[in-house]
Amino acid sequence: MSQSPRESAITTPLEVGKPRGFRLDPRYVAPLFITFILLVGHLSYGILESYDKTALAIASAIVTELVLGRIFFGKWLNLASAYITGISVGILVRSPAYWPFLLCSVISIMSKYVLRVKGRHIWNPSNFGIAVLLFLAPETMAVLSIQWGNNLLPIVVIWALGSIIIWRARRFHISATYVVSFFLFAFLRSWITGHPWQAEVAPITGPMYQLFVFFMITDPKTTVRSRMAQCVVAFCVAFVEFLLRLNQIVYAPIYALFLVGPAANLIEIWLDSRREKGVVSVTA
Amino acid sequence: MRSGRLAKIVLAAVFVALLATPLVRKRWAAHRQDGKLKLEASQALTRYGLHFQEVAQASGITFVHQAPTLDHKLKHIMPQVASMGAGASVVDFDRDGWQDIYLTNSGEGSKNCLYRNLGDGGFKDVAGELGIADVNQVGTGVSMGAVWGDYDNDGYEDLFLYKWGRPELFHNDGGRSFTPVTEQAGLPAWVNANTAIWFDYDSDGQLDLFMGGYYSEAIDLWHLQTTKMMPESFEYAKNGGRKYLFHNLGGGKFEEVSSKLGIDSRRWALAAAAGDLRGTGHQDLFIANDYGISELYFNDGKQFHEVGEQTGVGFTPKSGMTAAFGDILNQGKYAIYVSNISEDGVLIQGNNLWLPREGTSGDDLRYDNLARALGVEMGGWSWGMQFGDLNNDGTLDVYLTNGYVSADRNKSYWYDFSKVAGGNSTIISDAANWPAMEGRSLSGYQQKRVWLNDGAGKFNDVAQAVGATDTYDGRSVALADLWNRGVLDVIVTNQRGPLLIYKNTVTPENKWIDFELEGTASNRGALGAEVKLFWSGRQQVQTVSGGSGFCSQNQRRLHFGLGKNTQIEKAVVRWPSGKTQTVENPAIGQVNKVKEAA
Repeated sequence: MSQSPRESAITTPLEVGKPRGFRLDPRYVAPLFITFILLVGHLSYGILESYDKTALAIASAIVTELVLGRIFFGKWLNLASAYITGISVGILVRSPAYWPFLLCSVISIMSKYVLRVKGRHIWNPSNFGIAVLLFLAPETMAVLSIQWGNNLLPIVVIWALGSIIIWRARRFHISATYVVSFFLFAFLRSWITGHPWQAEVAPITGPMYQLFVFFMITDPKTTVRSRMAQCVVAFCVAFVEFLLRLNQIVYAPIYALFLVGPAANLIEIWLDSRREKGVVSVTA
Repeated sequence: MRSGRLAKIVLAAVFVALLATPLVRKRWAAHRQDGKLKLEASQALTRYGLHFQEVAQASGITFVHQAPTLDHKLKHIMPQVASMGAGASVVDFDRDGWQDIYLTNSGEGSKNCLYRNLGDGGFKDVAGELGIADVNQVGTGVSMGAVWGDYDNDGYEDLFLYKWGRPELFHNDGGRSFTPVTEQAGLPAWVNANTAIWFDYDSDGQLDLFMGGYYSEAIDLWHLQTTKMMPESFEYAKNGGRKYLFHNLGGGKFEEVSSKLGIDSRRWALAAAAGDLRGTGHQDLFIANDYGISELYFNDGKQFHEVGEQTGVGFTPKSGMTAAFGDILNQGKYAIYVSNISEDGVLIQGNNLWLPREGTSGDDLRYDNLARALGVEMGGWSWGMQFGDLNNDGTLDVYLTNGYVSADRNKSYWYDFSKVAGGNSTIISDAANWPAMEGRSLSGYQQKRVWLNDGAGKFNDVAQAVGATDTYDGRSVALADLWNRGVLDVIVTNQRGPLLIYKNTVTPENKWIDFELEGTASNRGALGAEVKLFWSGRQQVQTVSGGSGFCSQNQRRLHFGLGKNTQIEKAVVRWPSGKTQTVENPAIGQVNKVKEAA
């Protein structure tokens, strides 16, 4: 199943276009933004169980990346991607225990090295780790699902900043497609179930979705290449989430991305493979 | 090349092993939980030193709690909103030496009950003839709980009834009748309260009263002006009811002083407990809040100072349902227990067990949550709990009840609940936005917890093994020695369910000693007095409490298990007045009555 991983396929986080006069390495914009979200959330509202657990998640992801990078590439890799995975786990995982933070981070990073097709890993790492642990250890962990306070301002700030960063990274269309699709399906669910539309829209106002929309579904290494295909995949994620929600699955977006993301990648890999064969046979 | 392939194989193997880890861990944990198995009484007695038998009906107690029917605008989520009111408080109202039980009911027109302990194994409801039954009349609100305290120091404990509605104070006329004295006392006309405790915050010898609001006092839940009455957030809500601190002026009059003394909160209070956490001689106040952080108020005798965040107990928001203090490690220090909500795969808050951090004390006191390390963390949708030495082995155990709405076993409301609970304040705070429950359960039919303290820093759940096997929607828990046998029996109220009395049988090898205190310079009921018992190089401290847990109050008599020890070194009593009194070599196996020395 797996082929030798390429280093760039392992370690490249969301790259943001470089503004003039601004020398920050674009690879670090996303990690800084997610750190900003964490600090705002925790210092304002205490969203974390503890600093220890988040630190454990980040350290586990980084150490795993360092060790596996050394083994498979013979050098120390850039850690921006591992940091995003670790901090995402640290924010999203809710558990009174320490081990889910460690295990989730390690599994997430390892999935990049183990679950590969044609040199590409097909799952977003933290999405994979969280979905697997939600399935295997529901008695020990859940996912952040509450609000960060009652003030609208932090939500507006995070959505605005996130949108700007995603825009500069040329992936705004993915997030936008998903958000618009979510709202459409929310109203459709409301019509089907008879529940107030506010109840169906409610989840997307929570912080889990902010991380989901900005960091999971836009992950460059686990999304398809063409702009149109990316939009189609984002729509499909929203659609599968819609189906899961109709079946009352609490963490529907996590599972939807878990199912749709790899399927889309596999289709693209298969199409690439057919194309390559076609080129070979033509040139032959 | 070959080494690269080997590395991949090893990596894949490790990956699979890690994926299997949660399953292996789950099986291992299940294997260790032998307390989950039901045992015969004799086996439980041999293995754990106790066994419960449910005897409410056999003892003449037929109480079944009725829930209120609130404004029809809440009809679609009525079980979720009308979900409290089954309270239990223990009192010896007639001073005959037998513990009686007062139960609150919540249906409009329903009757509260005072089960008088007949001393022959049976109980008789005397609330009606004594004038404290018909307290849930339409238009006056319904009962949520009650606490007893001798506010006028006449030797008989008086009744304070808190409601979603008009709170009521009844004077105990020598154990023969009760007189409503609410108006003279100066209590507010309407409070949607879910907690109250008696304590003498200024140590003036007269009991004061704390009451915590849940819904805003501006809301009449039977005549809603708007459906925007729900919490504005699942974990950061500050739109609940106000708090009240009534200073006892004497002569049956009280003055409300909460804001003046530094208690100014609109969090959704569900439980309160008072105890001298710093050894200052003043009772500090802990409030467990639903939809938010807990609050801890240090009391210097004149002013309260909120130190929740500073001490560590008030930073991470959860769903506080109960609060109780207990010296679980026999160190002469109080741990604080707060119950919260945990539901597999949805919400894992875990209950909190706050222990004083080593090396901290006084105003620098800090707490760490050791619920997980000690094994008392996961209790489902937890409600009331109490600390008590259930098997008389010399360490405090935990009895916890749980369960929210038990309706259709096959349909859960959790998905819809979590959907809205995570929404912005404009969505969650409006009841109209909540999907209809339609007969679905929400954390229903849950197994209770009896966590036995092994004395070495671990608690083991033995509820099923020792006979605490009900799955009702439990609310309050109160502990009392109902048959004067030197053991703690357990009283459990259930929302929309029957009262349960778990009669406790304890292995006779384990000894015990009880204390009943009477204040003179201090308040006569000795609420707030501490007994520190020393035996065999061990010590344990307990406080006479004016209410703890969720809508409940234990017996005022202090019960200490001693294990197999037959010799007590001494008991040191510290009275609220500041005096201390030492009882050398108190007799075990009996109730020791101690009156505050002049």
